[in-house]
Amino acid sequence: MERKIRVLVTKIGLDGHDRGAKVIAYGLRDAGFEVIFLGVRQTPDQVVNTAIQEDVDVVGLSILSGAHMPLAKRVLEKLKEKGGEDIIVLIGGLIPEEDKQPLKEMGVVEVFTSGTDIIRVAEVINQHVKAEK
Amino acid sequence: MASNWETLIDEMKEGSIRALTRLITRVENREPGWMEAMKRIFPDTGKAQVIGITGSPGTGKSTLTNRITRVLVDKGFKVGIIAVDPSSPFSGGAILGDRVRMMDVCDLEGVFVRSMATRGALGGLNQSARDVVKLLDAFGKDYILIETVGVGQDEVEVVRTADLVLVVCIPGQGDAVQAIKAGIMEIADIFVVNKADLEGADQVVMDIKTMLDLDMDTSAAKPPIIQTIAIKGDGIQELLEQALVLLKTLEKRALWQEVRVREELIGLVEKEIVGLIKKNWKKDGGLDKAVQQIIAREIDPYTVVQEIITPLVSFLPGE
Repeated sequence: MERKIRVLVTKIGLDGHDRGAKVIAYGLRDAGFEVIFLGVRQTPDQVVNTAIQEDVDVVGLSILSGAHMPLAKRVLEKLKEKGGEDIIVLIGGLIPEEDKQPLKEMGVVEVFTSGTDIIRVAEVINQHVKAEK
Repeated sequence: MASNWETLIDEMKEGSIRALTRLITRVENREPGWMEAMKRIFPDTGKAQVIGITGSPGTGKSTLTNRITRVLVDKGFKVGIIAVDPSSPFSGGAILGDRVRMMDVCDLEGVFVRSMATRGALGGLNQSARDVVKLLDAFGKDYILIETVGVGQDEVEVVRTADLVLVVCIPGQGDAVQAIKAGIMEIADIFVVNKADLEGADQVVMDIKTMLDLDMDTSAAKPPIIQTIAIKGDGIQELLEQALVLLKTLEKRALWQEVRVREELIGLVEKEIVGLIKKNWKKDGGLDKAVQQIIAREIDPYTVVQEIITPLVSFLPGE
């Protein structure tokens, strides 16, 4: 079997600063993942549509705009609606400490703030992604 | 909860996108049972027309694919797109960034886009791409577009799985003909000179015509050369008309079909056999041991390979 873990990395919402997302995307490629990079200004619908068609294991959202709560909620709801409830959602960016727990309670598996080591992100992904689909 | 193959195939036939994508993943990963699944869907294939789009990086292939898809959708067709990007030979990972250039069409009803990495190795991508094409075909897509970068061997192979091949180039790459990798020139059914508003577009057309004129075989019709400005949509209608006309030319399809089926059979067999050999070899550290021995110059690679192959040969019929 030749399993590769597929990760969607994208910015969602109106914020256009994508350097962090790019660093993560390339870092994850170097960690051996197949990264579908969507760039900026994606809507929750576009993100979920892509996640389903590409059958990703992980959805990585980069959010610097402060809109992480409603955006995460929308993405998680839509994923469930479209049969993607087993897709792991990770969020990175400018997330206040007090929002981390509420996000996790919503279903986000992990929240990474600035300065997170790629290795840590890769570890979390490897830990949570199941062996077979 | 992991669904079994039967359920997925049934759901896919009923139109479930989720089932389709799961099947694609499992088949691409060669999960146990994949060959049986492909056998089951094979009778439902053979209807879709496959168009390959290749050319050097930066020539606007994704934009072109986007545009072509739009026109096909407007005509009422269902389209599947496979966008191929190279895997890193070091990490095995990949950045699959073609989809982002096709965002106009990705979310349209009837359009399905899947990004695939080459995943290196013998018959690596080309075989899985063929299988994914069949899945999209069975799902009911009328046209399947495969977009690749024509610089690696894998990618050239992938495009050979198509019924029609578009080779894309742009002005300003010096000698356009040099810029197009050998092997691709020969399989081009239509040459697309994109970004035709840039200086040098006419020269590119001349370069290609000159190269085509050098071809000794004067009986076959020469591939048309079409200028486009994909970003504006110029030339796309003309391109598509030509493409659809050529797809109907039975003579070419019949000839190519034999070649493709033959390549597919060999590709499948190669992949299976090499997979089995590798698996056995790695077990008990045999491969690692051989590597160390070769580095220490205790043995040569040819002897090692003979030792692996000789016992297998006795199983072949007629040997």
